[in-house]
Amino acid sequence: MGRVLAARLARLVATLFAVTLLSFLLTSLLPGDPAVAVLGQDNIQNPELLAEVREELGLNDPIPVRYVKWLGDAVRFDLGESYINRGQEVSDTIKQRLPVTAQLAVMAIGIALVLAVPLGVIGAYKEGKWQDSTTSAAAQVALSVPNFITGIFLIWLFAVKLDLLPASNWNRISDKGLSANLKTAILPATALATTQMAIFSRLVRADMIATLKENYILSARAKGLGDRYILMRHALRPSSLSLMTIVGINFGALLGGTVVIETLFAVPGLGFRLINAINQRDILVIQGITVFVAVVYVVINTVVDLLYAVVDPRIRRG
Amino acid sequence: MSTTGGAPHTPDFPSDRLTRVSTSGQIDSGSTGKPRRATLREVIGEMPVLVKISALWLTLVVFGAIYAKLDSTVFNGALPLQDPNLQTNNFDVNTGAFGTGDPLESPSFTHFLGTDAIARDTFSRIVHGAWVSLIVAGVSASFGIIVGGFFGSLVGFVRGRTEAVVMAGIDVILAFPALILLLALVSIFEVRSLTLISLVIGVLSIPAYTRVARANSLAISNREFVLAARAIGTKSRTILFREVIPNVMPTLIAYAMVSAAFVIVVEGSLSFLGLSVQLPQSTWGNMINQARRDIKSNTAQVIWPSLALSVTVLSLNQVGDFFQRRGSNRDAAL
Repeated sequence: MGRVLAARLARLVATLFAVTLLSFLLTSLLPGDPAVAVLGQDNIQNPELLAEVREELGLNDPIPVRYVKWLGDAVRFDLGESYINRGQEVSDTIKQRLPVTAQLAVMAIGIALVLAVPLGVIGAYKEGKWQDSTTSAAAQVALSVPNFITGIFLIWLFAVKLDLLPASNWNRISDKGLSANLKTAILPATALATTQMAIFSRLVRADMIATLKENYILSARAKGLGDRYILMRHALRPSSLSLMTIVGINFGALLGGTVVIETLFAVPGLGFRLINAINQRDILVIQGITVFVAVVYVVINTVVDLLYAVVDPRIRRG
Repeated sequence: MSTTGGAPHTPDFPSDRLTRVSTSGQIDSGSTGKPRRATLREVIGEMPVLVKISALWLTLVVFGAIYAKLDSTVFNGALPLQDPNLQTNNFDVNTGAFGTGDPLESPSFTHFLGTDAIARDTFSRIVHGAWVSLIVAGVSASFGIIVGGFFGSLVGFVRGRTEAVVMAGIDVILAFPALILLLALVSIFEVRSLTLISLVIGVLSIPAYTRVARANSLAISNREFVLAARAIGTKSRTILFREVIPNVMPTLIAYAMVSAAFVIVVEGSLSFLGLSVQLPQSTWGNMINQARRDIKSNTAQVIWPSLALSVTVLSLNQVGDFFQRRGSNRDAAL
């Protein structure tokens, strides 16, 4: 276990180094003067500001020195301030918007799991029968329809036709309370959930089919246990291991993947802010959000990997 | 470019498929001793109906895209297809009259799928949009198969330190959430041409292909026929190009289909966000984005490009899965 841990941590450090370096290089890769790019069209004429930005970016230092300085600040969660929206700290923006994106991701995974587990179990239990082919076909379709199209369909159905839920916007729990919040969150979360649901249910089905062929399932049958009891108590548990792994990895991916859905539903999360920043060419905000999401993603993946090693003894020994 | 590759599907290879190989006559161990390659007709014959329909749709999309491109470049709009950017209700200087079209028309013989919010022919815009998807998917697949396929096969075959270094680099790139990395890269450029978008997506596709190629190359490099080639003193380079790479290819091409599906969705998302190819070039993603604003008054205009995108992705997944199953049969027979 110690060796696995050490190797995994070494890889984590190497990956974090690369991820931060790549994000840092974003400002240096820009054509022309980075200070001008960071300031944006409106502020270029202001020489004092230009000097300030040059100072903050340390443009007179060579790139390695700048990287170390930038990383030192970034570790203390100081990612600079937006010069397009003066005085707005990038780290404050992230703090403000992360809860929204995280809520969407958690809800999406929750909805996906609630739907996917029964579908996968039915598919495995009725392998080869019509129930199986129906759920498999549904999963195939859900995998192929991009989530923004699902989102538009949901808007059309629930906001335009049925007029039950708002088509866009976001109510914070702190402002409007939980039920108002859920009303705005349910559609984007469902749009995100469909793809995840398809992935999860295919995984559960494949795992369960393998598990159901095991001898201990046969012996449980021989003991006269009911099908439902065997499925839920004996078969689902070993199958849930790989499910947990993929849930962990996909949660990390969803933090980045909500960009399109947040834009579609005008949800004020990290992704929506990122798109705004890209449209305004607000370089430091782009850089800050990119490095933050990437680091979170990498860390989550490592944690999932390690947890898996803790749970599954075969990996622990290897 | 993604660890998910569009659909991180767990290919299940039921054991009964293994027996089917010997009867399906793909590998003819007859008198020549050389395996006979299945003809296109035989491959199509093996396809289930749904896969056949998918393949037909994909062929249509490819031909449509090329036709549209020929029309707008070589023939200057002389071929029978409407101008995708012409606002058909516009004032025409030559005739001195307004056009006869209307915004948001219903389907008719002049406009097969009606017109969009500013009276442009939707059918033509969809066919022209197919060109963008085709190029992005094609460039990504070529980069992936040629560069990723070569390096993956190479490191899986030679192993050692080269492998460790290459795979470490690849792990790092795959550690980035794909869409975020793409957005960050795209945000650098102010002018986004089709060349730029397809190059960026193409380069980002390489790591995933390398990983797939390496895994297959590892397995193949341990097979008897590679050992036999070594034993008779064949040069390593010859083994790599004559034994390993040709056997990695079928799996890689099946993967390319699934990956292309993912790449088309990624380009669609970029277009939807307004960060892909510049307007007025139509793409399925930007058509969906423009039409969704009028969804209260007109749903048809959202439906057509959404259908085109979804059906194409579904078809690529179907055909890709088919070739993957077929490839695994073939592996079992080798």
